[in-house]
Amino acid sequence: MKTFLILGAGTGGTMVANKMSELLDPDEWRILIVDRDETHFYQPGFLFIPFGIYGPSDVVKPKRNFIPPNVEMILSDIEVIEPEASRVKLVENNRVISYDYLVISTGSHIHPEETEGMVNGGWHENIFDFYTLKGATALSRFLKFWKGGRMVLNIAEMPIKCPVAPLEFIFLADWFFHERSMRDDVEIIFTTPLPGAFTKPRASGILGGILADKGIDLVPDFNISEVDSSTNKIKSYDGREIDYDLLVTIPTNMGSDVIERSGMGDELNFIPTNKHTLQSEKWENVWIIGDAGNVPASKAGSVAHFMLDVVVENILRHMEGLAPLPKFDGHANCFIESGFEKGILIDFNYDVEPLPGKFPLPGLGPFSLLQESPANHWGKIAFRWIYWNVLLKGGEMPFESQMTMAGKWA
Amino acid sequence: MTDQIFATNSLDNVVFNEEGFMDDASAWTPEIGEAIAQTLGIQLTDRHWVVINFARNEFETNGEAPTIRRITKNSGVETKELYALFPGGAAKIAAKISGLPKPTGCI
Repeated sequence: MKTFLILGAGTGGTMVANKMSELLDPDEWRILIVDRDETHFYQPGFLFIPFGIYGPSDVVKPKRNFIPPNVEMILSDIEVIEPEASRVKLVENNRVISYDYLVISTGSHIHPEETEGMVNGGWHENIFDFYTLKGATALSRFLKFWKGGRMVLNIAEMPIKCPVAPLEFIFLADWFFHERSMRDDVEIIFTTPLPGAFTKPRASGILGGILADKGIDLVPDFNISEVDSSTNKIKSYDGREIDYDLLVTIPTNMGSDVIERSGMGDELNFIPTNKHTLQSEKWENVWIIGDAGNVPASKAGSVAHFMLDVVVENILRHMEGLAPLPKFDGHANCFIESGFEKGILIDFNYDVEPLPGKFPLPGLGPFSLLQESPANHWGKIAFRWIYWNVLLKGGEMPFESQMTMAGKWA
Repeated sequence: MTDQIFATNSLDNVVFNEEGFMDDASAWTPEIGEAIAQTLGIQLTDRHWVVINFARNEFETNGEAPTIRRITKNSGVETKELYALFPGGAAKIAAKISGLPKPTGCI
């Protein structure tokens, strides 16, 4: 009996478990998936929690619901991965699993302690993250009673999971304060280490324009060195200081601790991964899906979805002794909530930045690329259902894994 | 599009891209590094050279200019010092002086 082991039962790992359970012969293979947590979080939903649009119950379900019955699910922390020996040691019962194939989908996580002063003093009092359910829920309680002042949204360091989420947070905050008739009492400042509103130039220009229209101040090239929660200031390495009453932060994102313990990661614990085949750069029976790897694509669920077909096909090819195909193109597709029940959709890959147009049907849509529309907002809202019911189970979506130029205005 | 900078003699014939990064990292020499630093108003010290040598080595190994975090984790120069050495965008300025392409840390 051969072993197909998956580490991490989030978006990427769950999709791989579902696909592989259909494709591998159960007389020949056993499939195991390991995760330390019983709960699956719909992470895109965290964004809506601070504003009371979603509650915690909207974004959690048991992981077990999404793992097929012929896959063994193990609840445990991982002590270490030993890729040279094709072996993983678990914390629970000191279990050791030898594998023939390993898929790593251990994700990325926030590390507020990486910024000096961030977690001392004001953490979850007037400094919040919204990348965890705990942070998003605490921020929701704060906003319910806030009387206004200066809200600073800060990105500590790139890369981050879902690079559009900070913008969406700001757009939704602007809307939230309007709805509560207190927008005039709130100053919104967005500080980012990037030179503009987003990572890609053309989208950055358009999104920057929307920020300006909404009266939001953008502070680019701001590399945070320190939070001083005694005086409510953030400081940058080049000596700038910005006061805040409410600091919403996207802390440094890093790969899982087990990647560091296993000596498999780069300086942020992301695993060096071939950006087109999704195979480990070092071990040929190790494959990476989602944001655990260092591929220069967005760290987002849509990207994990577009990786799925490529990683599965390449693993099956490898099992047959064939070379992997370089088919992953860095495709990402993101709905950006812009407030007032509108949204923006962007679609891009390694080589082509987000462009205006219609999606997924050229000329028809129903979604508009790189401009605000109500359909884009409803697409995002519908996506939660699609995520739980189609995407996690590895179901078919109405578009290809590879990006297309059809319907785009270059 | 490329344009040439003739700030000092050592930069004659050195080709830069529109953002001021050298087109061809293999054409770099320490003298060119000194000259680029001068045009940016930076007087290079031993500490600068620790970073430059690290960045050149990284590029030769990985084919990419290192990010700030990679420099500070592996070169022995801490973040605050790095920003003080290369004011106005530490990783980018260090890459420019080291004759390397723009770091691709941002996605």
